[in-house]
Parts: sequence; C-alpha cells; structure tokens
Amino acid sequence: MRIRGLELYTDRPEEEFATPGHRACQGCAEVLGLRLALKVFGRDTIIAMATGCMEIISTPLPTTCWKLPWIHVAFENAAAVASGIESALRILTEKGKIPRKDIHVVAIAGDGGTSDIGLQSLSGALERGHKFTYICVDNEAYMNTGIQRSSSTPYGAMTTTSPPGKKSIGQATWKKDMPKIAAAHNIPYVATACPSYPFDLLAKIKKARMVNGPSYIHILSVCPTGWRIPSDLAIRYGRLAV
Amino acid sequence: MKAKKGIEVSIAASIAAQLARVEVISAYPITPQTHIVEHLSELVADGELDAAYINVESEHSALSACCGAAATGARTFTSTSAQGLELMHEILFIASGMRLPIVMATVNRALSAPLSIWGDHSDVMAARDSGWIMFFCENGQEVVDAVIMAFRIAEDRRVLLPFMVNLDGFSLSHVIEPIEFPSQEEVDAFLPPYNPLYTLHPDKPVTMGSYAMPELYTEAKYAQEMAIINSKQVIVEVMEEFGKRFGRHYHAVETYHTDDTDFVFVALGAIGENIKTAIDELRSEGKKAGLVQPRIFRPFPAAEIISAFKGKKRVAIVERVMPAGATNGPLFNEISSLVQSKGINIKLENYIVGLGGRDVLPEDFKRIFTGTVPPKDKSFDVIGVRV
Repeated sequence: MRIRGLELYTDRPEEEFATPGHRACQGCAEVLGLRLALKVFGRDTIIAMATGCMEIISTPLPTTCWKLPWIHVAFENAAAVASGIESALRILTEKGKIPRKDIHVVAIAGDGGTSDIGLQSLSGALERGHKFTYICVDNEAYMNTGIQRSSSTPYGAMTTTSPPGKKSIGQATWKKDMPKIAAAHNIPYVATACPSYPFDLLAKIKKARMVNGPSYIHILSVCPTGWRIPSDLAIRYGRLAV
Repeated sequence: MKAKKGIEVSIAASIAAQLARVEVISAYPITPQTHIVEHLSELVADGELDAAYINVESEHSALSACCGAAATGARTFTSTSAQGLELMHEILFIASGMRLPIVMATVNRALSAPLSIWGDHSDVMAARDSGWIMFFCENGQEVVDAVIMAFRIAEDRRVLLPFMVNLDGFSLSHVIEPIEFPSQEEVDAFLPPYNPLYTLHPDKPVTMGSYAMPELYTEAKYAQEMAIINSKQVIVEVMEEFGKRFGRHYHAVETYHTDDTDFVFVALGAIGENIKTAIDELRSEGKKAGLVQPRIFRPFPAAEIISAFKGKKRVAIVERVMPAGATNGPLFNEISSLVQSKGINIKLENYIVGLGGRDVLPEDFKRIFTGTVPPKDKSFDVIGVRV
C-alpha cells in the first residue's frame, strides 16, 4: 500500500533552525511557515531579514531564536543585504578566504517589506540574478505596527488604516499581485505556498534551494491577531483562503 | 621619492581602493562621484581588481549591500554624493551601529533644491552625526592616502566603525593633480587583509542587527560612542605609521603658519588650498594670518583645536554649508561650544562661502582677514551673496 506523501513525513528534516522561545503570537502561521522552510534550507543557510514581525519576535538583545547566521539591517532592504552577502561569499570563496561550500542566502520580508517599501530593492536583486531565495511572508497587512493596510491587503478588508465607515467599504484597492511581478523578472523559479499545506510548501522550498539564480516564494501567512480570528483556526483559515 | 603621476583625483581614488584590495564594491552613479565608480568598474572588468562589483538600483541599496558584504567579512567600498548620501541616510546609522568597517568616498556636492550638481558640504554636514569617522581631504594625494589609511583605521578591532573620506566635488574630484602612488607591496605591508571579529557563516552562526529594549539600547550606544571617541588614538597612530612608511605626515588637525599670528582661519577640505594662497599673499604684504584645518571632523579633534588656538585672538570659521536656521554653521557651533566650555576668550566669526559650486577666491579670504567684510545683523556672513 502506498500512502501519498508518506516520504515527506519520513524525509522531513528533524533539525530545527527557528527554535522555541520566540515571542510570536499564539497561532501565528507566519513563524510556522518559516520554521518549515528553514528545515528544508538546512544548516548551510544565511538569512537576511527585513524589519517586521519575524524580526521583532526573534531577536531581542541579547537573545536569538535563530540557529542559522542571521542579519537584520532595515525594513526595505532585505534583498539588497542578501545581494551583498551573496556577492561577498562568492568573491571570498574565489579568493580562497573561506572554504568552498554551497551556502544559500535567503532574504525574508513581510508583505509591506516586499510589495510596498522593499519592492525596488527586491526588483534590483532579482534583475541582477543573485543566487538567493526571497521569501515574502504575506499576512496581508502591517501587522507588526498594528494592522495597517498594505498594497497586499485584499479588497474590502478592515484594517486600522482602511476602516469601513459611512463612506468606506474598508480596503478600496485590490491585492497587488507580487508573484506575477517577481515572475516578470524572468527568474528561474516563482512559487506561492501556505503553511496550511506544509508538504507543498516544503517541496517548493526544496526546488527554490536547487535553482541556479534568484527564486521567489510567496507564503500566505495567516495572522490570527490581525485577521481577528481564533488562534486555533489559523491552519483552517489558510486552507479556506487558498 | 617616487615619481608623481598627473591623474584625475577621482581616478586616483579608485586606484587607492584597488591598492587597498577591496573585495566588494556596491555603488550607484551620481554626479560628481561617477568617475570613481566608472574606473572601479573598468578595473573589475579588466581583471585588474579581483572584486565583486554590485550594480545596485539605488544608493539605499548600495549601502545596504555593503552592510551585507561587510558582515560576511569582505573589505567593502562605496562612493556617493549629495542626494545619494541622503538616500543612504537611514543606513548610515545602521552601518555604524552594527560596527561595520565600510569605507565610502563622499564626493561632496550641494543638496537640492534648487538642484545643483556642484560642490559644497551640505551633504556631509547633514550626515555628520551618523557615527562615521569623517576625514576631509585638501588635495588628491590626501585622497589616495586617506582611502588606504581608512581601511586600516576602520578595521582596527579597537574601532570597527565605517569611515567616510570626503573630497570636494569638481574642485577636487575632477582636477588633474600630480599624485604619488605607493606600490602594492608597500600597501600590503601597511594594510593587512581584513580579519573580521564575527562574520555571517554557517560554521559559526551569529545573529546581527538585533533590536534592543530600553534596558540595553543605552549600553549599546555608549559602547559605540566610546569606540568613536577612542578611534582618535588609533587614527593618530595610523597617521604616524603612515608617515614613517610613506613620508607623508598627517595629523588630526593640520596647521599652516599659525605660530606667529593671532588670527587664523578654520576650514574643511579643498578650500584650504585657496586659503593658503590668500595667506601667502597676505604674508608677502607683511600681514600675518594662519590656517587651522581639521583633517578629521568625527571624532571631533577638540584637544588639537584648542592647542592650535593657543595665543589666537580672532578666528574666522569658513564653511560651505548654510546654517539652515541654526545660529551658525555646524563647524562654527562645534568650535564655539568647545571654546566656551574651555573658558577660552577668543573672537569667533562665521563665513559661509562656496555654496553650490560658487567660486571663492583668495581675495575673499583677504577681505575677511582685513575685516572689510561688512558686518551684518546676523551671526554669520554669506560671502558674495547678492540680496
């Protein structure tokens, strides 16, 4: 008898790189998505993370929840920082200053850090063809600062800066299609995923890790705090949304 | 002494970066910085400089990529001007706060609006408190020497701070000057490969760029402040060693004919040469003036300035930036607060010159010296302004 997807259970890397003790909200599907993704990226990974929920929950001085090399510089520049890391690794390896090793650089930002303030930096990095993966963890608003709308907030959604009222239906614009924008850069791999479908997410991360050039993964990340839903329903809401 | 080569100062700056064996360059073109990055691109394209050149899409990304590269352990260089420096502004503070020894050649240019591609110090003065070490060059030789010294100082474990080499746009960056280049062997002996304390590498994972709660932010900034204060000792040491090796001697504050006079100018950058011409002409007429020239502006060389002011009665502080609503220009205010706090009785005057590339002539400085500049009902004078 063959059970579909069983190999994913058995092959699933045991090692955790996003460790417990971080300060994510109860039921946060965003940190779940990252935890799964990092399992696949594995030990030889360097993370460049934008300012946002995932940064702020994980690294209050002097603690960290990351077992991988990790850097945060600012909000809008995760892709540029990743460009610098990737270029430095390449030249330092060529010069024999660091041992030859297949190290993968992963830039991570939220939907605001990707589709709004970080779009230019991301576009530059994709166009230049750095070998790295960019992950957008999309919870569809600026959740870290208190649920303000972004260009990734869906039409009609209620946020603290797109409130419904006598003259407003809530968010008045349609969700920006980030994966399509990434694909328009003619990069080797673009995918969408959601931790509500973990094996699909793992498989896509595996593929992104393998391609030679930039890859972009857009992860829909249910945010019980911002979506005003019970924290035990994040996985179900992800399935409903996808 | 080696033969000097007639060369454009921007090209010389990029050759200095090449001699320093920079490993990652990340830059975005802006006038008047362009010749520096163009020549670096050529050196990389021709295989004469073994470095990664990242053609970023903005200055903000230029410095962001530099942060990533420096954190990975590469010797990192960038260059910009004016609006570019202001677009980097956010990251300037992060680079110094994260203690990344990036070196930047800032080709000083006026800030818009009105748009001006020509030189003054409004760009660097808007960034003066960003935690970078700031060096001001008077001529092309100093630019070459400063870029080489910059890496040695910035990468010193006692410092670990980014370093800005300031050179005036056009009036310095685009002139051809006779410059002596040290050999690669000499530079290698002076400047060892960058040996970073921590790097981003999977074999020894570290977290960089954490956030600090109120319990720790002050301590982090205090440690950074101590580093820039203590960097002056390292700067002086490195300047001394550079002088021994290469025969060109630098000081935190340079003085020109200050011993036998009670009047001195104070100025930063290439304008020093014009002032020296004026001083020479004045002296040929039997009038004694001198020049005090801070080579470094951050850390502020307070002790050296006090010592240079010994016996002076009148000081004319000349600046290429508008006070923008402050009582005086930034250099005046620094010196004024220093002189007041030390209880020194000295008359300070503030002159604003050379904005947006406006020529400033030796005659202007001679008029300042003789006091024929009409006093105005404000705390500074803008030389040559038509009102």
